[in-house]
Amino acid sequence: MISIQGLYKQFGNLEVLKGINLEVEKGNVVVIIGPSGSGKTTMLRCLNVLETPTKGVISIEGNTLDFSGTVPKKNIAAFRRLTGMVFQSYNLFPHKTALENVMEGPLIVKNENKDTARKKAQILLEKVGLGDKIDFYPAQLSGGQQQRVGIARALAMEPKVMLFDEPTSALDPELVGEVLKVMKDLANEGMTMMVVTHEMRFAREAANEVIFMDQGVVIERNNPEEIFTNPKEERTRKFLNMIQ
Amino acid sequence: MKMYLNSIFADPERTARLMDIAQSSFLPLLKGAIFYTIPLTIITFIVGLVLAILTALARISHVKVFQIIARVYVSAIRGTPLLVQLFIIFYGLPNIGIIIDSYIAAVIGFSLSVGAYTSEIIRAAILSTPKGQWEAGYSIGMSYPQVLRRIILPQAARVSIPPLSNSFISLVKDTSLASLVLVSEMFRKAQEIAASNYEFLLVYSEAALIYWAICFILSIFQQYFEKKLDRYV
Repeated sequence: MISIQGLYKQFGNLEVLKGINLEVEKGNVVVIIGPSGSGKTTMLRCLNVLETPTKGVISIEGNTLDFSGTVPKKNIAAFRRLTGMVFQSYNLFPHKTALENVMEGPLIVKNENKDTARKKAQILLEKVGLGDKIDFYPAQLSGGQQQRVGIARALAMEPKVMLFDEPTSALDPELVGEVLKVMKDLANEGMTMMVVTHEMRFAREAANEVIFMDQGVVIERNNPEEIFTNPKEERTRKFLNMIQ
Repeated sequence: MKMYLNSIFADPERTARLMDIAQSSFLPLLKGAIFYTIPLTIITFIVGLVLAILTALARISHVKVFQIIARVYVSAIRGTPLLVQLFIIFYGLPNIGIIIDSYIAAVIGFSLSVGAYTSEIIRAAILSTPKGQWEAGYSIGMSYPQVLRRIILPQAARVSIPPLSNSFISLVKDTSLASLVLVSEMFRKAQEIAASNYEFLLVYSEAALIYWAICFILSIFQQYFEKKLDRYV
């Protein structure tokens, strides 16, 4: 369903991604781990085209972007709609209420009418447990609540894949659980997900697959059980030893 | 000063005359303010703000030509006196066959000035909006103009209200320069009245008070807007 072929990304002289090849099947939950600077966030951002790859081909459900040439803006916008992005720092729109944040995409990008968009947004906010907070501004919400609005906002565009970029890293420890629970529910519903996280428990409990990245390449991929208890590669073992 | 006050209060006839002039000049001055000063301010500020947004966007765009045009415009306007600009437009352009009505000339001159100065305010405000806001907009499929209009500019507006109010209040007073290109705004009215009765101190002070009153009311609006836009922060 998702396919990444020969993905390279360079920032100036710094090569961050050095030829990523990856296939993800529909409905899979893939957790990407690795030391900082390994390129995991950059890879995720390339899938949302927030970063333009230096070269490579990415494709989601038959929609393909080939970065060996120039890619038209129109194609990028269409491609972005296949993915929903959840940011480490939530990035909610501070001048809009929770409801308005979730409605924004359907209203402006999909041109849905206001009533439909509102109803859908309301249902999504209830789903992430914020049915009673729809008229609150982001500043009036806790970090965990804000991140759940962020998830609802991404879901409102009905993406084929949800991308999570360290969704709980900015949260106070006691707020991590509520966000992970929403993510687990989503995984159980069959959503295809790619998650960059340091939450190894989430990886064990919700992931079908764990990918270990280091220095811009995929070192090892396996099911969580195998990778955590019996890593094949030396670098994976070292990394897991360090964080556990 | 003492002599002036003495001349007023020692002589009941002069006191009466001054009271009379103060009273009879108030309405013409107010008319000058209502029909010329205030509309001129509002029109030029709106046109100027549009120019400012375009200039700011040109400055932060990746197209070199736009950047250069914007830089030259801002530099030229900020580097020359407003009065000289007005004179070039109203008295200078007729030499090459472009004759512009005095009021329009004033609108053009002031708008160009407001556009250049406030473009820096707008540019700073846009740049102060976190990069994540752009990314969040793009990530839900919004286009550049959509993100700009719906996400970035509303947030930039909040930050820029205090400095923009400053520019607006400055503009109210700068419009008095239009008197020199024959626009019959309040200060020109004051000059005409004072020229006929020689009570310069009285009439100009009266005009000054009206300017002050207008600016005072504007600063109340500023506070109101700031509060209104502050609600979500």
